[in-house]
Amino acid sequence: MLRKIITAVLILFCFILQTTVFRSLDFGGIIPNLMVILTSSFGFMRGEREGLLIGFFCGLLCDIFSGDMLGFYAMVLMYLGFLNGKFNQIFYPEDIKLPLALIVVSDFTYGIVCYVLLFLLRGKFDFLSYVAGIILPEAIYTIVVTFVLYPIVLKINERLEAREKRSAQIFV
Amino acid sequence: MSPIIKRKGERFTLPSKYLLFILTVLCSVAMLLTFGTDLFNGPFNTVAGYVVLPFQEGISEAGSWLANRSEELVQIRQLLEENERLQEQVAKLTSENTILQQERYELTRLQELMELKEKYSQYDTVGARIISRDSSNWYSNFTVNKGYEDGIAADMNVMADGGLVGRVTSVGPNWAKVTAIISDNSNVSGAVMPSGVTLMVSGDLMLMRDGVIRFGQLLDSENEVEPGGKVVTSSISDKYLSDILIGYIDSVTLDANNLTKSGTITPVVDFEHLEEVLIITQLKQSVNEEDALD
Repeated sequence: MLRKIITAVLILFCFILQTTVFRSLDFGGIIPNLMVILTSSFGFMRGEREGLLIGFFCGLLCDIFSGDMLGFYAMVLMYLGFLNGKFNQIFYPEDIKLPLALIVVSDFTYGIVCYVLLFLLRGKFDFLSYVAGIILPEAIYTIVVTFVLYPIVLKINERLEAREKRSAQIFV
Repeated sequence: MSPIIKRKGERFTLPSKYLLFILTVLCSVAMLLTFGTDLFNGPFNTVAGYVVLPFQEGISEAGSWLANRSEELVQIRQLLEENERLQEQVAKLTSENTILQQERYELTRLQELMELKEKYSQYDTVGARIISRDSSNWYSNFTVNKGYEDGIAADMNVMADGGLVGRVTSVGPNWAKVTAIISDNSNVSGAVMPSGVTLMVSGDLMLMRDGVIRFGQLLDSENEVEPGGKVVTSSISDKYLSDILIGYIDSVTLDANNLTKSGTITPVVDFEHLEEVLIITQLKQSVNEEDALD
C-alpha cells in the first residue's frame, strides 16, 4: 500500500516538474522526459509487471493533458516499461552503466516511435532533422537529468524494499 | 492449475503478459474512440474527468503554486523598483485617463454613428493563466486554469497580444487544454487581408524554432500576395471566428504544381513567452448536425 502511494506521488511529482519547472528550464524548447526515466527505472528495478503498470499510468497522464488521442502515450510507455522489465534479471543496484544505457535507449525508442506514428504517417519524411532537432537533444537532456533523478528513485525503492522485507519477516 | 491465474500464497495475480495484452486492447479501443471524434470532449470526458479529477486539481494547484513561487523569487527585486516607478506613473495616468475617457465616449458615439465598431471588442473574453505546457517535445499544447466551471467550452478561440494563439481542444472542471496554431497537428484557414484570398496555415515542428508557421494552398494567380501581407482567420473556418489577426507573411514561393503558393508567416503572438491568454467565450456559429436533425 505504502509503495503504491509513494509511486503515485512520484509519478505526479515528476509530471508536474516536467510540465512546469522544466518548461522554464528548456534548452531551445526541448525538455527532458522524466516519464521515460521513471517508467524504465521501475521496469528494470521491479520487473515487467510494475514497469508496464507505471508506464501505463505515466502515459495516461500525458495523454489527458497533452495528447491528441487517449491511450497513445500510455501504450508506448507501457511497452517501454514491459521491455525494460526483461532486464530485471541482470540488474544490480550498484551498477550505474546498465540503467543509464537502458534509459537512453528507452528515450531514443520513445522518440522514434513517436516520430514514426505521429509524423512519418502524416507524410513528414525528414527523419534526420527530427533526430537532430528533437530526439537527440531530448535524449541528452534526459540523461543529464537521470544523474539527479535516478539515484533518488533508487534510494526510494531500496527503502521500500527493506521495509517490505521487514514486514514480511514479522508475519513469518 | 490454470495457466492464466497463477497461485501465489493466497493472492491471485495475473501474469504480466496477459496484463500487457489487456491494457494494449484497452489503449487501442481508447485511441480508436478518441481519434477524430469528439467523444473525449463529450460523455467520455466526464468519465475520464471523474477518474482523474483528484489528479487534475492537485496538478493545477501545485503547478501554479510552483510557477508562482519561481516567478516570485525572480521578480521580487524587480517589483520593488517597478513599484516606485509605477506609483509615479499612476498619478500621471489617472489625470490622462480622465481626458481619455472623455475622448473615448466621444469616439464610441461617433463609431456607432458610423456603424464602424471594431471587430475584437464585440467578442467577450475571459483571461486565463497558463499552468502547464505539453509534456512531450512533439506538440505545442498547454493547459490553462479555467474550465467549464468558468464557462469555457471546447473549440473556443484563444488570443494573446492581439493575435490568435489557438483553440480549446478539451475542457475539465477547472482546466482547459489549448492547442496552439504552431502545433504540428494544427490547421487554420486564413485569409490575406486586403485581397481576401484564402490560405491554409499549418503548424510545423521544424519551423517552430525559427518563430514562423507554414502556410500553403494559396491560390494567387494575380500575384497580389507579397511578404508583409496581413493574415487573419478567414470567415470559412468552422472553428475559428473570422478576422482575428494571425501574423504577417514572411516569404512566398510557388509550389511545384505551378498553381498554388506556400511559404511562411511570422505570428504576432510570442509563443515562447506566453503567460496569460484571453479566451473568447463566443463560439463560431456553425450548422449543428444534431440541431438540424431536431
